[in-house]
Amino acid sequence: MNLYGIRAIYLFEMARMRRTLMQSVASPVLSTALYFVVFGSAIGSHMVSIDGVSYGAFIVPGMIMLALLTQSISNASFGIYMPRFTGTIYEIHSAPISYVEIVLGYVGAAATKSILLGAIMLATARLCVPFQIEHPLWMVAFLVLTAVTFSLFGFIIGIWADGFEKLQIVPLMIVTPLTFLGGSFYSIDMLPPFWRTLSLFNPVVYLISGFRWSFYGVADVGLPLSLGMTALFLVLCMAGVRWIFRTGYRLKS
Amino acid sequence: MQPAIAIHGLSKTYASGLTALRDVNLEIRRGEIFALLGPNGAGKTTLISIICGIVTPSEGRVLADGHDIIADYRAARAGIGLVPQELSTDAFENVWDTVTFSRGLFGKPADPAYIEKLLRELSLWDKRDSRIMALSGGMKRRVMIAKALSHEPRILFLDEPTAGVDVELRRGMWDMMRRLRDSGVTIVLTTHYIEEAQEMADRIGVIRRGEIILVEEKNALMAKLGKRQLTLTLNAPLARIPQMLQDYRLELSEDGGRLVYTYDNREHGGDIARLLQRLGEVGIEFKDLSSSESSLEDIFVSLVHSPS
Repeated sequence: MNLYGIRAIYLFEMARMRRTLMQSVASPVLSTALYFVVFGSAIGSHMVSIDGVSYGAFIVPGMIMLALLTQSISNASFGIYMPRFTGTIYEIHSAPISYVEIVLGYVGAAATKSILLGAIMLATARLCVPFQIEHPLWMVAFLVLTAVTFSLFGFIIGIWADGFEKLQIVPLMIVTPLTFLGGSFYSIDMLPPFWRTLSLFNPVVYLISGFRWSFYGVADVGLPLSLGMTALFLVLCMAGVRWIFRTGYRLKS
Repeated sequence: MQPAIAIHGLSKTYASGLTALRDVNLEIRRGEIFALLGPNGAGKTTLISIICGIVTPSEGRVLADGHDIIADYRAARAGIGLVPQELSTDAFENVWDTVTFSRGLFGKPADPAYIEKLLRELSLWDKRDSRIMALSGGMKRRVMIAKALSHEPRILFLDEPTAGVDVELRRGMWDMMRRLRDSGVTIVLTTHYIEEAQEMADRIGVIRRGEIILVEEKNALMAKLGKRQLTLTLNAPLARIPQMLQDYRLELSEDGGRLVYTYDNREHGGDIARLLQRLGEVGIEFKDLSSSESSLEDIFVSLVHSPS
């Protein structure tokens, strides 16, 4: 195994994060902190609690999940798209490194950045809203699993995209709406039956539900289903990445 | 001795239907500088890209240092360095980091002393902390070379290495290539500067429309296909070439003041002595003589434009 190669890609990507701290860390933390302040502290204090959890605390897992999903996709897609865009991908192709090792480097770095960001947001949320974490190990497990899964998804997007616009389409036009409609700000049990059933086709519901369960022990869907759906998406992304490297899709001619 | 690169029956047809390589068979000897010449679109970059793992071959087999580039790609690629034609660099990285990255990517542990030596040799040491975007084109080209050499490859591919590089820097690169060759590195060079191939190469390969049409020792090629010319400036102009000189390939200039004798490099100088003797016999006197030989460029042009 080319451990030095994995390390080189990983450190290169982490260095990019350090070079762009304002964009990579400060900006998502600030925007999420604004949600906590507006919906948690200001409006939240005038709203009823949901499942026995104050509204301000209720939205914390959903907000962290929103940032985690968008940042994982953004970090990983940008990480692999930039070498394609600048032409430096030739070096990756000509190096003695397997596709599994390439993915470990890029996706590992993207997931690390997202997890760090999630931890910072958790600390930021704690400053604005009081909350507890009933199952911290499960919380970490969901955090890591989601970060890895969506970093893999971002990696696929970074290979699929042939322009900066496409790079932004999926996070902005698909993931963000799905997250907003996936129970970030409400429990799907509050919806009329038709919309509740429709919401169950939204994969983000399962991520947020499981993550919220790890905080407060309450969930829209059962824990095994949440875990199962997250794992299923992980497997689908891994299969997608494997197919890309086997066929050379948009990587090799 | 096992060749550095052995190519057997290599073909490449892109998804667009374009056939870039047709049944290429080629062996590149260990420790030589091999210049691959060909017009634009001849298949030079495709050939290099396949050997380096960037493009997938349609048919055929390539061994690099005895390792199959697909079945045993790790061992094959570990010994290869590539300087691509395009100046593809990460603009925001600094020189030191990008060269260190390349070494790690090729599976080598960090070696700051070697990287320092490399940067000094390429006159980049003073720029080690500079971002690549702040460097001149020539310096970026040297950074590409430093990256390609960062993992101490045994085979180095240079795809148009001196394109857009000034004369002084080009000569510096030629010196570096010679030093690398002397240290045992095999160098495969593609270039549009025929002068560069003439100056540097041990052997020449010519590729045309995806086919290797010639592989030859440079000196043998020059001797075999090159022409020499002897030009005599006459004391008095001639109206026509005398009958006694009809056996020689002579041309008379329009003003009759110069006589040009064209002969193959393979022909011996004895002919010239006889020609000069014959000139004396027919009473033609000359006040000056000069000789010239065709360049590799002339040979290249005649090869790529020949019908078959």
